[in-house]
Amino acid sequence: MKIGIVDCGGANLNSIYYSLNRLGIDAVISSSKKELEKTDGLILPGVGSAGVVMNYLNSKKLDNFIFNTNKMTLGICIGMHILFDHSEENNTQCLGIISGQIKKFISPDLSIPQMGWNHIEGLNDYKDLSNYYYFANSFYSDNTSRAFGYSKYINKFTSIVQKDNYIGCQFHPEKSSLAGENFLKYFISQI
Amino acid sequence: MLTKRIIPCLDVKDGQVVKGVKFKNHKVVGSILDLAKKYSDEGADELVFYDISASTNNTMVSKKWIEEIAKNINIPFCVAGGIISIESARLILNSGADKISINTPAIENPILINELAKAFGSQCVTVGIDSMQHNDQYIVYSKTGSVKTSFNTKILTKDWIMKVQELGAGEIVLNCMNQDGVKRGFDIKQLNYMSDVINVPLIASGGAGKEKDFYNVLTNPKISGALAASVFHNNEIQMTDLKNFLKQNNIRIR
Repeated sequence: MKIGIVDCGGANLNSIYYSLNRLGIDAVISSSKKELEKTDGLILPGVGSAGVVMNYLNSKKLDNFIFNTNKMTLGICIGMHILFDHSEENNTQCLGIISGQIKKFISPDLSIPQMGWNHIEGLNDYKDLSNYYYFANSFYSDNTSRAFGYSKYINKFTSIVQKDNYIGCQFHPEKSSLAGENFLKYFISQI
Repeated sequence: MLTKRIIPCLDVKDGQVVKGVKFKNHKVVGSILDLAKKYSDEGADELVFYDISASTNNTMVSKKWIEEIAKNINIPFCVAGGIISIESARLILNSGADKISINTPAIENPILINELAKAFGSQCVTVGIDSMQHNDQYIVYSKTGSVKTSFNTKILTKDWIMKVQELGAGEIVLNCMNQDGVKRGFDIKQLNYMSDVINVPLIASGGAGKEKDFYNVLTNPKISGALAASVFHNNEIQMTDLKNFLKQNNIRIR
């Protein structure tokens, strides 16, 4: 099995690559459609901003590729945000795979970004994955129809979404210790 | 809700972890990778690596050990020391660090904070502040990696905190120098005094000696985490015991 880590133009693509290696999974980092076609599953990593990531994907003609793929696809943080219709971050039109808006956290007293370990209450298949995970985000989804995991910071927000072959997680599984490894194993088991 | 973070700090000099008292007399305490793995496996929430040789010799940190850390540990980590430009920050982030922390270069060129935040996002940009009490005032110190270079910037710490936040710092580590390495507890008075102007996560640093010290500082809702070095390196406090103690005392802990 080989996972394609989609180069979305951000820094630190290696973290997710290393985390797959630790699980003994072969992976390739690429922005080439041809190369990504040859993989068994895709990961959209979570670094940068929604605007920059969407521009980069558009310029590489990867937006249609991701929209049309049948491969199991995991979007992490920003990678999850771009699965939605729209993000308030840079007022960005996203891929529109999952309906809904990505909003900015607003709070007079809690610091933004949310940075650190927060608890996820998982539903259905994700119930056993309820645990603490590492978050670093200023934007969030409050989608309820596709939510399979919830957390609370300032307000209740969606920390895991799934639609068909697309899974999105607001946290960083590659930085979430054993809990994160279990989450990645779950994603891989779906391929 | 978010849990409070316990952050072991590893001072790195010439490729090894060292620890000094009040920023001097550095002694080797172990290999970078061994200690990083140990703390990560024991439940540390995050790690900070300060390359003290890099910042005092004006050289860039070596990329190699950062990559080794990224390959082997599965929690977030921050690298500090010698980051003077977007390029040097990019090199470190691309090597696998989650955040970079700047201290002296931010004082010398404050706009760098803004440039880094724009390039990589505020969540990647930590500003470290070394603060020392003089009479009734808290003052920012610069180049504290060595006693020979350390100097008083005459900038008030509170003013500097407000400035770095305006410029886009995503997190602040406040090293209270009067307490550093002396294990008499975190400088609660100073941290509380700074709290009213803080609107990003604030990490308390300097002075941890016993489990209760962590409790005392983490009860302040404005403080997101506590950083310590020697109590962990010398095995005076075990990570799992500390976290159990804090949980039992109703601090939100992973």
